[in-house]
Amino acid sequence: METLRYELRGSRPVKRVDPVLVGVVASGNLEVLIEAGVPGLCVFQIETSARGFGTIWEAVIRDFHERHDFAGTRVSIHDMGATPAVVSLRLEQAASSLAGDLR
Amino acid sequence: MNHSDIGTTLWNRRATRRQARLARVSQRLGPALSHSCGGKLVATDSAVALLSSVLECGDRVCLEGNNQKQADFLAKALVQLDAKSVHDLHMVQSVLSLPEHLDVFELGIASRLDFSFSGPQGARLARLLAQGRLSIGAIHTYLELFGRYFVDLTPHVSLIAAQSVDAEGNLYTGANTEDTPVIVEATAFSGGIVIAQVNEIVEKVPRIDVPAGWVDFVVKAPKPNLIEPLFTRDPAQISEIQVLMAMMAIKGIYAEYGVQRLNHGIGFDTAAIELLLPTYGESLGLKGKICKHWALNPHPALIPAIEAGWVQTVHSFGSELGMEDYIRARSDVFFTGADGSMRSNRALCQAAGHYACDLFIGSTLQMDLAGNSSTATLGRITGFGGAPNMGADARGRRHASAAWLKAGEQSRAGLTGARGTPRGQKLVVQMVETFREHMHPAFVEKLDAWELAEQSKMPLPPIMIYGEDVTHVLTEEGIANLLLCRTDEEREQAIRGVAGYTPVGLARDKRMVENLRDRGVIRRAADLGIDVRDATRNLLAARSMRELALASGGLYEPPPRFRNW
Repeated sequence: METLRYELRGSRPVKRVDPVLVGVVASGNLEVLIEAGVPGLCVFQIETSARGFGTIWEAVIRDFHERHDFAGTRVSIHDMGATPAVVSLRLEQAASSLAGDLR
Repeated sequence: MNHSDIGTTLWNRRATRRQARLARVSQRLGPALSHSCGGKLVATDSAVALLSSVLECGDRVCLEGNNQKQADFLAKALVQLDAKSVHDLHMVQSVLSLPEHLDVFELGIASRLDFSFSGPQGARLARLLAQGRLSIGAIHTYLELFGRYFVDLTPHVSLIAAQSVDAEGNLYTGANTEDTPVIVEATAFSGGIVIAQVNEIVEKVPRIDVPAGWVDFVVKAPKPNLIEPLFTRDPAQISEIQVLMAMMAIKGIYAEYGVQRLNHGIGFDTAAIELLLPTYGESLGLKGKICKHWALNPHPALIPAIEAGWVQTVHSFGSELGMEDYIRARSDVFFTGADGSMRSNRALCQAAGHYACDLFIGSTLQMDLAGNSSTATLGRITGFGGAPNMGADARGRRHASAAWLKAGEQSRAGLTGARGTPRGQKLVVQMVETFREHMHPAFVEKLDAWELAEQSKMPLPPIMIYGEDVTHVLTEEGIANLLLCRTDEEREQAIRGVAGYTPVGLARDKRMVENLRDRGVIRRAADLGIDVRDATRNLLAARSMRELALASGGLYEPPPRFRNW
């Protein structure tokens, strides 16, 4: 297990308070939970079964944040060795559930 | 040569040698030969004696090893020969699949090999080569090896597999005709000996695949010959990423070029495309506009598209277990005999795929920045079977089609002289996720093939599809259209641009990649109007083997290993 954490400044606050959960905790897959967080920040907390992929995680997270620029949110990820393709797909699925809830 | 030599030159040594082989058999096997089957039937328990009587040291031998059908009984007989009396055989066969195909080298019966594909035996082949147990002439494509059967690798003796033999000695191969016609043609018309194993002896075969006159001996095998269901893919294992890539293939390539005639490589990536035609393809209004004619094995995954009326014809390299009744019931689509069963033919289907198809799409394990791709990995010598013929521009092609012309125009725009002369080009698409299992990047600076070539002292790295022939690279990140690249640098950045988070992808020049995107060289899902959130398994026309069987109206009977209901 490895834990990674990224705190990025965002400018699009999310008003929704109900958490959004997509994906499953299964081999090659992952679970993404988005919930309300610290104002002005988008905090990513990643627990992954595969060690040593920090560079790739950071690149995936930064690209996602560049697209959505969420603020006041906390994104928790439980990863079971998903490829970056699956990670990006799940993040987009979670983000789309929030789309109607932007302030 | 002076005139006095003419009278002494022998011109029928092949025929004489053939007579000597036949004489040895009748002398040693006399009582084991019967009058049945046109006098060709040899008792099952005399198979080893038959081979040892026929074979001579140094013979070129084709032991029918197909992609699917295997002459397994004759293979087991061959490895029982005494290497002291029969040795240094030169094996010339398309596929090494059974352990016996390599046992002959380990046992010292054979010493030289020319072949096309060794998938399951690739690691052992590399070990035996390193130990000096054999020498490899070359690794060929199927058509290339078949071509050499008629030039400098003609078999002296061929050991083939058929379904049945009749009273006259005619053979019926069943749906898995595969390599048999080309092997028999080369052997029977060059003074060689053809020996067939059959599953059954019948009064009259349903149709004649090999005429009796081309067959010398027939042995009834104690068990039906082995056939591998290589092309069956369980839809339950298709991922959402594969669905996304299939959507991009259909909308971004098939529709874009109006691809009517095509070949699909083996795998889940292409199975996803087949299963999306009647759903996603239908929603785009593409029925009747794409995917009408196929050079393809009878993929079960194609059943829903056939049933929905998308597919006009399918010609096949081999058959697929469980598809027999479905094929019989869809004789407008598949190539079937008057008896109703399919006749496949690897050589002719390879020719069809090469010359008469506008598109090949297949997967790979590694691709470099020039677009060269290979499935060769360290410690394994596998070859590529038919992929290099399917995945290569057909330079001898002269007939035009809209898809072929459009690809040719894109690649030649702005060129002058010989290179600018108008002609078409085959679409060759490499479809690959940026990371393989265990996070192995599919995109690399240098293919493993280079190191493998060095290790095994090959004259060239084993590249499956040359970058020069690849027209599109499709990943979950988008499509790179290499036809539109004008420089090596553009090509490199186009490939990096769809290589995602692999080291190669992360090292891309962001500005150049965005520029390529503006020019349409790189097209992401969003650029194609595809919402990645629509990429769900619900788009698959069948999501399980059971749904495939249902879609066939119960005609498709999946092999037991694929049945879980």
